[in-house]
Amino acid sequence: MKEALKDRSMVLQKEMIAGHFARLERVSETREPVVYTFVPGNLVELIRSFDALPVLPEINALQSGMRKLSADFIAEAERAGHSEDVCTYVKCDLGMLKSGNISPAGTRLPKPDLLLLSYTGCYTFMKWFELLREEYECPVVLFHVPYQGDGKLEPEHRAYMIRQLREQVIPALERATGRKYDEDKLRERLTLAAQAEDDLVAVLHSAKRRPSPIDGYFGTVYYVGPIFSAFRGTPEGVEYYRALREEIEERAAAGLGPITPDGPLNEQKYRLVVEGPPNWTHFRDFWKMFSDEGAVVVASTYTKVGGTYDFGFRHNPADPIGTMADYCSGCYTNLNLPSRIDMLARYIQEYEADGFLINSVKSCNSFSAGQLMMLREIEKRTGIAGAFIESDLVDPRYFGAANIKNRLESYFQMIDARRAGEAVAV
Amino acid sequence: MSRATVVDWAREIYEDLHFGAARRWLAEGPDRRAAGYLPVYAPREILHACGFLPVGIHGGGDRLEIIRGDAFYQSYICHLPRSVIELAQSGRLDMLSAVLFPSTCDVIRNLSGMWKLLYPDIYVRYLDVPQGADPAASTDFWEGELRRVMTDLGDLAGRPATDQDLRRSIALYNETRAMIRMLYQTRQERPWDVPSEELYLLLRAGEVIPAEDFLAKAREYLAAIAAEPRRPRDNSRIVVTGAFCEQPPLGLIKSIERAGCYIVDDDFLLGNRFLQHEVSLEGDPVRALAESFARNDRRTSVLYEPDPRGKKRVMPERVAAARADGIIFAAPSFCDPALLDQPMLRLGAEAAGIPCIAFKYSENSGQFQQFREQAGTFSDSIKLWGGTS
Repeated sequence: MKEALKDRSMVLQKEMIAGHFARLERVSETREPVVYTFVPGNLVELIRSFDALPVLPEINALQSGMRKLSADFIAEAERAGHSEDVCTYVKCDLGMLKSGNISPAGTRLPKPDLLLLSYTGCYTFMKWFELLREEYECPVVLFHVPYQGDGKLEPEHRAYMIRQLREQVIPALERATGRKYDEDKLRERLTLAAQAEDDLVAVLHSAKRRPSPIDGYFGTVYYVGPIFSAFRGTPEGVEYYRALREEIEERAAAGLGPITPDGPLNEQKYRLVVEGPPNWTHFRDFWKMFSDEGAVVVASTYTKVGGTYDFGFRHNPADPIGTMADYCSGCYTNLNLPSRIDMLARYIQEYEADGFLINSVKSCNSFSAGQLMMLREIEKRTGIAGAFIESDLVDPRYFGAANIKNRLESYFQMIDARRAGEAVAV
Repeated sequence: MSRATVVDWAREIYEDLHFGAARRWLAEGPDRRAAGYLPVYAPREILHACGFLPVGIHGGGDRLEIIRGDAFYQSYICHLPRSVIELAQSGRLDMLSAVLFPSTCDVIRNLSGMWKLLYPDIYVRYLDVPQGADPAASTDFWEGELRRVMTDLGDLAGRPATDQDLRRSIALYNETRAMIRMLYQTRQERPWDVPSEELYLLLRAGEVIPAEDFLAKAREYLAAIAAEPRRPRDNSRIVVTGAFCEQPPLGLIKSIERAGCYIVDDDFLLGNRFLQHEVSLEGDPVRALAESFARNDRRTSVLYEPDPRGKKRVMPERVAAARADGIIFAAPSFCDPALLDQPMLRLGAEAAGIPCIAFKYSENSGQFQQFREQAGTFSDSIKLWGGTS
C-alpha cells in the first residue's frame, strides 16, 4: 500500500497528539494530575483549569483500531470474561490495560487520579468507568447529564447539571488534584474554546461549496480530534484550528477538493451525508470505497458527538458553569431520535446532498438502536433514498469489505439512475 | 381456591398478548385510561393516582411471531424492542393512552423517540432516573421528573391528581411490594411449595391488572400453598441474575427448576420490587416517592454503583441472604446492562467461593435442552462438591 497523503493540519495534529501522550508518560516526574473522561460531554476546560491532563479512552480505542492493535486487545478482554455482545471500545480499552497500558502512540499511559464519568448520551459509559474503577481503584465522580427526551434542554435539567458540577464535580477535581477551583482560569479556557469552535464551524460549513474542500466524515474525524479530546480550551487548540481554517480556505479559493489518503478528490460525483461512527480498523479502505467512486461526504453526525457547534453552540465564558451544562446536553448522542432525524434532514437540504448513508455499528446501541427507522423517516422527509451498511467500531471481525463495497456501488448506481430519470423528466 | 385455579388464571393473563384483562378493565368505564411502562422501574403510584391502569410492557416472549418488528432493528440488538414494536404495530397496545420509557439502557431510551414518531397522539415520556451519588441532588431531580409526569397525566385525564390521591396509591403499592416480598420470602424458605414458574406467572399477571386484584389473587395463592404443601426435593438452591429487563421464556424458568435447581432469588420483573422499603405516607407524597428512590439500597445493573466495592459485594450478599448454593448468570443476548456488569459480579462471587455458571437467552428462545443440561450439571456439581464455601 502506498503511503497515505496527508494535509498539513493532519501532520500538525499528529505532533500535538504525540506531544500529549509523551507528556502523559512523564507525569510521574512532572506530578501533573490525570483525569480520564469521555468525548461526549467532556469537561476538558474544567479539567485543564486544574492543570490536570485529560485522557479519553474512546480516542485510545479508536487509535488502537486504526493501528491494528484492537483485535488482540478485544480478544484479551473476551478471555477475561467480557461478552462478545458488548461495546468493543470498552473491550479494547480493558484489553490494552491488561496488556500493559501502552497507548496507541507507544507510550505508557498513567493511572488516573480521577475518573470523571460524564454520563452523556451513552449508557455504556457508566459501566465502562465502573469497570475501570475495579482496575485502577481510584475515585470516580459521576456527572449525570439528562437525556433530551423531549427534544430540548429542560430548565430543571440544566439546574440539576449545574448543581452537580458545583457540588460534586468541582470538589472531586479539587480533591484529586490538590488545587483550588479558579473560575478565572476556567473562563480563560472557555474563551480559547470558543475561538477554536468558530474556526471549526467555518471549516465544517465550507462543505456547502462545490466542490467541497473537505470530507465531512473521513477527513473531519481528524479535524475534530483536537477539539473532542485534550486540546479544546488550549492555545495549541486555537492555533491548530486557525491553521486548519486557513488551509481549507486556501483550498476552497483554489476550487480544490479534500486530500484523501489516495490523493485529492477534486472531481466529486456524489455529495453524501453520513450518520453513525466510522469503522476504525479499515478506515483507509473504507474511505477509499467512497473516494474511488468520487463520493465526498459533506456532513456527518458522528463528528458532532463531541459538540454540535455548527448549530450555534459556543462555550460562553460569561456563564462558565452553565455553558458546560449546555454543551453536554447538546452533544449528538444526547439528542432524541426525532432531533437526530431533523438534524440529518437539515444537513441533506443545507449541504445539497445527493444521498445519505447510515453506517450502523454493532458496538453502539446509543447510535444504532432506531437507525432503521431513522432511514425510513429521512427518506420520507427528504424524498431521497438512503443506504444502510453495517460494521463495527474497532472489532475487525465485523468489517465485511466486499459486502460494504457492493452496497455502496449499488447505491451510487441508484443515484445515477435517479439523476438520469430526472434529466429525462426535464 | 386451589393453587391450580390461581395459576391457571395467571397463565391465561400471561399468555394473552392482546391484554384482555386490561381491556376489560377499561371497558368498565368511559373515563378509564391505561398507561404502559417498559422495564425496569416506573413509578406506578403516579399512574394509579392519575386514574391510569399501569400496564407492564414486557414484550411478546416466545408466543409472538415477529413480522414487523425485525424491520426496525438490526440483528445485534436485543429481542425485547422488536417484540414490543410488534405488539404495537399489530394494534395490541392500542388501548394505551401513555407510555413511559425508563432509562434502563440506550435501546429503551431510543425506543421512546421511535414511539413519538410512530404514535404522535400518545403521551410518551422518557424517564431519566437519577444516577448521581448525592441523594439530595438525586431526590430533587427525581421529584421534578415525577411532578412533571403527574401534571402531564393529570392533564391527559382531565383531572389532576391530588396529594391525597397519590397517598392512597402509595399505600396500595406499599401493600403490593410487601406482598411480593412475602411471596419471595416464602419461596426462599419453601421453594418446593412456591415453584418459580408459578410465582413468575402470578407476578406477570400483576403487571396488567389493578393492584387491588393482584393482592386478592396473591392472598388466595398463599392460602392455597399452605393448604396444599408439597414435599421438598434434593435440589440445589440457586440465584438467577441478569434477567431484569428482557424476560426469559417461561420454559427457561421451568427448565432450570426441573434440572434440579430451586430458584431462591432472581431479578425477573425487578421493577415491582425496585423500591425495597415502604414509601412514607407522611408529608408531600411526591417528595416521599422521590426520596424512597434516591435513598433506596437496591443494587442493580441499571443504576450507577457508588460504592467502589459494591459490584464485588452484591452477589455474595444476595447469595447469603437467600442461603443459596450458587449463581446462574442468565442474561439476554446483547443486553448491555447485564453483560457489562457480569464480569464484575462474577469476580466478586467467585472470590467468595460461590459456584457460578452463565448463559445467554432471548425472550423467544425455543430450545431449552442446552439450558437444562447446563443447569442440571451445575446442580449435580454443587451436590457433589458443595455449594458456596
